[in-house]
Amino acid sequence: MAELNMIQAVNLAMREALADDESVVILGQDVGVDGGIFRATIDLIEEFGEERVIDTPLAESGIIGMSVGMAVNGLKPVAEMQFSGFAYQAFHQIENHVARFRWRTSGRFTMPIVIRMPYGAGVRALEHHSESREAYWAHTPGLKVVIPSGPRKARALLAASIKDPDPVIFYEPKALYRSFKEEVPDEPETLVIGKAEVVRAGEDITMIAYGAMLPRTMEAAERLEKDGVKAEVIDLMTVSPLDEETIITSVKKTGRVLVVHEAARSFGPGAEICARINDKALFYLEAPVNRVAGYDIHPPYFAREHHYLPSVARIVDEARETLSI
Amino acid sequence: MSRRVAAQIDDIEYLSILDETGKVDKDLEPDIPEDILLNMYQAMLFGRRFDERMLKLQRQGRIGTFAPIKGQEAAQIGSAFHLRKTDWLIPSFREAAAQIWRGATPQDIWLFAAGYNEGVNIPEGAHDLPLCVPVGTQLLHAAGIAYGIKYRKEDGIAMCFHGDGATSEGDFHEGVNFAAVYGLPVVFICQNNHWAISLPLSKQTRSETIAQKAVAYGIPGIQVDGNDILAVWAATKEAVERARTELCPTLIECVTYRMEVHTTADDPTRYREEDEVAPWRKRDPIDRFETYLKKKGLLDDKAIKDLNDAYQEQLLKAWDDTEKRIHELDSADPLSIFDDLYEESPPHLEEQKAYFKNRLQKEAHNG
Ligand SMILES: Cc1ncc(C[n+]2csc(CCOP(=O)(O)OP(=O)(O)O)c2C)c(N)n1
Ligand SMILES: [Mg+2]
Repeated sequence: MAELNMIQAVNLAMREALADDESVVILGQDVGVDGGIFRATIDLIEEFGEERVIDTPLAESGIIGMSVGMAVNGLKPVAEMQFSGFAYQAFHQIENHVARFRWRTSGRFTMPIVIRMPYGAGVRALEHHSESREAYWAHTPGLKVVIPSGPRKARALLAASIKDPDPVIFYEPKALYRSFKEEVPDEPETLVIGKAEVVRAGEDITMIAYGAMLPRTMEAAERLEKDGVKAEVIDLMTVSPLDEETIITSVKKTGRVLVVHEAARSFGPGAEICARINDKALFYLEAPVNRVAGYDIHPPYFAREHHYLPSVARIVDEARETLSI
Repeated sequence: MSRRVAAQIDDIEYLSILDETGKVDKDLEPDIPEDILLNMYQAMLFGRRFDERMLKLQRQGRIGTFAPIKGQEAAQIGSAFHLRKTDWLIPSFREAAAQIWRGATPQDIWLFAAGYNEGVNIPEGAHDLPLCVPVGTQLLHAAGIAYGIKYRKEDGIAMCFHGDGATSEGDFHEGVNFAAVYGLPVVFICQNNHWAISLPLSKQTRSETIAQKAVAYGIPGIQVDGNDILAVWAATKEAVERARTELCPTLIECVTYRMEVHTTADDPTRYREEDEVAPWRKRDPIDRFETYLKKKGLLDDKAIKDLNDAYQEQLLKAWDDTEKRIHELDSADPLSIFDDLYEESPPHLEEQKAYFKNRLQKEAHNG
């Protein structure tokens, strides 16, 4: 067991994958000699060489387009977008090809690609470095969207994503990169993609979160406990495809739901979760499904970014609203 | 049927006029009025002092990440000095010296760097875009602006800055191509500072020069010593005239060097040796220009000291002003985060704004 922060855990998963499977390659801007601007790929080039840990020219569509060709020809690329805000430079490659190759070739060519990208606010960054736009990718058929909430899960989910035969957008909450450490087992560990986890059991309300909002939601749940509220917390881990079963089972038990995400509210993952609950568990609800989300604005420059992010206090208040207390 | 030369490609020129020792090539020396020479020197020097102060402010935690300009002052000033007020400046994110010359204030630049949207404060009538973080995207904006100039038969031009790394982005190629195809009055200034974060130029492109990329799009390209203000000035003069009178874009590659960190979040010791940086210290653009101006009798040590003293004072005051502004903004309510998304704010956004206002009161009340 080692105590790792999330960036170290992500690094570990890639190191294990490179050691384990010769078809795995890492590519992206500054991922080699520099070890990645967040140090996610640190020391990998020394260990595995520049043919497998590839510094690319400055072109996101180049990185993803190359990855498509690599995947077609038997490699398993783990591509890094330096920030999620620059993945749009590769949008056409992702939408037109990564998400479609299996379908377009009736399964002849598949896309075992992982596209890692740091997302989210709270690190005093420049414009375009703070958004949480997972809905773009979740909206695209053929892609999976995975978002870890801590070091141990990051390692296990990334390992699973690299093994997954289909393309995974691996959205890394950069606010959590170094915010806390966790015990990460020495032996390889994976989690099932498409499965959520009940990380806190309770019967009064279901709180659904993921990524950087999970720790805040847990804190909110603890505060609510002091008022005698037993909140169940689900860590989604995979935003798409959604683990409906875990959600619906919990909702049937609690009858009250609060979804928490950093992404803008309108057309965000919360809206989809709400719709699924309406489909499958409407008559179990004792209150409308509630959402705490980012406002429908661009994250303000960093002096005011905290106003954008859902706070623990806001999560608590909205939970109380849903509980009518 | 034949196998013949399909296109004759011109040689790519390299222009250097004032070398690193301060020696000047008399045949190539441009005839620049003395007041302009001095103004350019002052703009470079102010840029340098500003940049140093900004780095200190960042290290003290008073502002956030930014991209220092040290070593690139000549590339920015020698080019931007050809702009008329009515021309357009389309920067990337490493052109503080050019932006200040155009009228941006240290206060606004620092306010922006401290994380306040109010720092992007482009006065009505100014033809300056804000800095552009997504690499290379701004080249197409320059083409669009220049299309508007041409459409209205104005005699303006658009000057667009970008880095060596940007030349790998599709947008670079699209931007240069569009400008070329439509015959637009654009001057593209590539600040080739040899690095794109940790990636050296040799891994960015296999081309011998960046200037030669222009040839593929049918427009002139020239490489200049980017630390030589006279060469930058002379090459840009030709390019600006060509843009204004012939509606033909030019790509100017200023060969310079990133003397500092990429941004304040970067640690260059991970990827480059001091040995590689050292020779560039001797090629400093300000030092050699000082030598040149001293020889011309336009400058002496006392004048330099006076300028430095005045700039230091001006910058101290500028930070005082910035801090005051920050205090003002911090004590005002932050409802402005809902502003400027649309001309007319839609109902759901107004609802969210009202909710936010309510939360502010609640959270202020609960401490
Ligand atoms: C589209 C895009 N991808 C990645 C980045 C992250 N990034 C910021 S600056 C930079 C390197 C830019 O190199 P260059 O164009 O040479 O300009 P320089 O920084 O040297 O001035 C990178 C990769 C970005 N801002 N935009
Ligand atoms: Mg560069």
